[in-house]
Amino acid sequence: MVERLLTGSKRYYMWLGFLCLLILASFCVYWTQLTEGLGVTGMNRDVSWGLYISQFTYFVGVAASAVMLVLPAYFHHYKKFKRMIIFGEFMAIAAVVMCALFIVVDLGQPQRAMNVMLHPTPNSVMFYDMIVLIGYLCLNLVIGWVTLEAERLDMDPPKWIKFFIYLSVIWAFSIHTVTAFLYAGIPGRHYWLTAIMAARFLSSAFCSGPAILLLLMFVLKRLTGFNPGEEAVKTLTKIITYAMCINVFFYCLELFTAFYSNIPGHMEPLIFLFAGHGGHVAWVTYWMWAAVILAFASLAMLIPPSLRDNMKLLPYALGMLVLASWIDKGLGLLVGGFTPNMFEAVTPYVPTFREIMVALGVYAIGALVLSLLWKIALDVKKGSGHFGEGE
Amino acid sequence: MNNSRRTFLKVAGVSAFALTTGVAGAAQAKIIGTYEQGDKALKAKRWAMVIDTRKFTSADDYKPLIDACHKAHNVPAIPGNQEIKWMWLDHYDRVFTDDMNANLPDKFKKGMFPLLCNHCTNPPCVRVCPTGATYKMHDGIIAMDYHRCIGCRFCMAGCPYGARSFNFVDPRKFIADPVPNPEYPTRMIGVVEKCTFCAERLAKGLRPACVEAANGAVMFGDLDDPNSDVRKALAENFSIRRKPSLGTQPGVYYLI
Repeated sequence: MVERLLTGSKRYYMWLGFLCLLILASFCVYWTQLTEGLGVTGMNRDVSWGLYISQFTYFVGVAASAVMLVLPAYFHHYKKFKRMIIFGEFMAIAAVVMCALFIVVDLGQPQRAMNVMLHPTPNSVMFYDMIVLIGYLCLNLVIGWVTLEAERLDMDPPKWIKFFIYLSVIWAFSIHTVTAFLYAGIPGRHYWLTAIMAARFLSSAFCSGPAILLLLMFVLKRLTGFNPGEEAVKTLTKIITYAMCINVFFYCLELFTAFYSNIPGHMEPLIFLFAGHGGHVAWVTYWMWAAVILAFASLAMLIPPSLRDNMKLLPYALGMLVLASWIDKGLGLLVGGFTPNMFEAVTPYVPTFREIMVALGVYAIGALVLSLLWKIALDVKKGSGHFGEGE
Repeated sequence: MNNSRRTFLKVAGVSAFALTTGVAGAAQAKIIGTYEQGDKALKAKRWAMVIDTRKFTSADDYKPLIDACHKAHNVPAIPGNQEIKWMWLDHYDRVFTDDMNANLPDKFKKGMFPLLCNHCTNPPCVRVCPTGATYKMHDGIIAMDYHRCIGCRFCMAGCPYGARSFNFVDPRKFIADPVPNPEYPTRMIGVVEKCTFCAERLAKGLRPACVEAANGAVMFGDLDDPNSDVRKALAENFSIRRKPSLGTQPGVYYLI
């Protein structure tokens, strides 16, 4: 099936060329980080993780979200998702690749990354995170490839793949749970030390991941004419809406516990994120309020069925939802976790230009992997007749 | 596994010697096996430190301790918030964050208190480290293997005391040449470091550098020995520790 990568339109090659240029440019920036050290980032002694780790966290969620297609399709035999499922699985692969790269670019000594395997340390959550992410990558590669090959040959997928599909459902939950445990088991980081962290991670992943998938499917429909099926889009939107409601509800639970208990440690990160500190408002505060507005606006457009089923409005609602969840998990989570710092003081963190460039490069690599995998999937769909309207 | 890790300083020294003299083969043969402490080494079951803050009246009084520590370990003087700190000072409310008492005597409101790695009995940094680069030694000291550290900084997120520093930039550019202490290795870029309770000095029978510079105001000894200086000081005086409610059991006590 790989040969299908070689036959594409001019636009397809221009897109790949653009991504390669972006990757090359950001690799040059990464090279300066390699030689000069992580000093080129905005991270510091008190805010020792930043944009890289937060993007890692966000994309573990995106990877896990494929389960929102797999679970209804295979556990509940919801056939309408079958046409779209491969795109979700391939997006999970691209997302896991991005996760791995975000970890690598964050390491002070990346050439020693293999020490995690050479010196396995089962008391560290990061050890388990590595295992579940590698496992999830392999599962999606095998499942995606085998089911797509079967579709190409117009056959039913082999029976043994069912086992791996069921396993991947449980596995998807595990990757984001373990990622939440990276944070939720640390004493002294008030914003992270909460039992609901894993549940929050999952709910935010299960709304934002499918929303990203749907947005990309809309782009794909416009570019290639591939139709994921209106019924499937509507069902997935319902799932997204429920997950987003739960996500917002869970965040409000955090607010209740922090402010009703009145324990300073629990309140301070939230106060910092939404109201600043000592009369000063950090850049993140504007983003956090934007996230609040976007979250509620997206819910207002998703909860009423008349608005939800409006295919013209849907991309905007999903876009706002994705942005809101990205600010919450891709910015607020890390800044709030490290502020106030261990001395109950505030050390500012702002990502630098180079840091953002490196992150963009990883995004571009993710987009490249996704484009190549989706190209194969689209070509197979064309051949098998699962492409346009009503086929 | 701990045994072999403990030798890393020794190994580093021997390797450097071997590499420069071309006897790597012979030297490697020598370093295989377990490490025994020398006859002169100071030994304890659980090292602990008691800082008698009553004997320090100003920040300047702590300066000799910090200077001794930073000289002994070639700690670079990096400006800005990407700095390296092994021992440093801060205000009472920043050091003892749990004590939210606004009506303390001026001595506490305005005074400075020393901070360093607490060498916890239950160290979160060791719990989270994915490579075992930071580990607990048999005598309670939390040590670092700079050669195994991948620089993921999970330990910095894990430490509730902000005791760890990461080499965001090349530290060697910020150390005097020649280095203050040629016997202690300088660090490379991209690894985490912190106070080691002077494990390398204890092995030679010397007390920690800050303890030596404190003229009796800082005690260091075996917490498991009822007759040790630290146990006597703790039995006779009221002491506090940083963030005790987290259950880490810090090994650094403050007499107030």
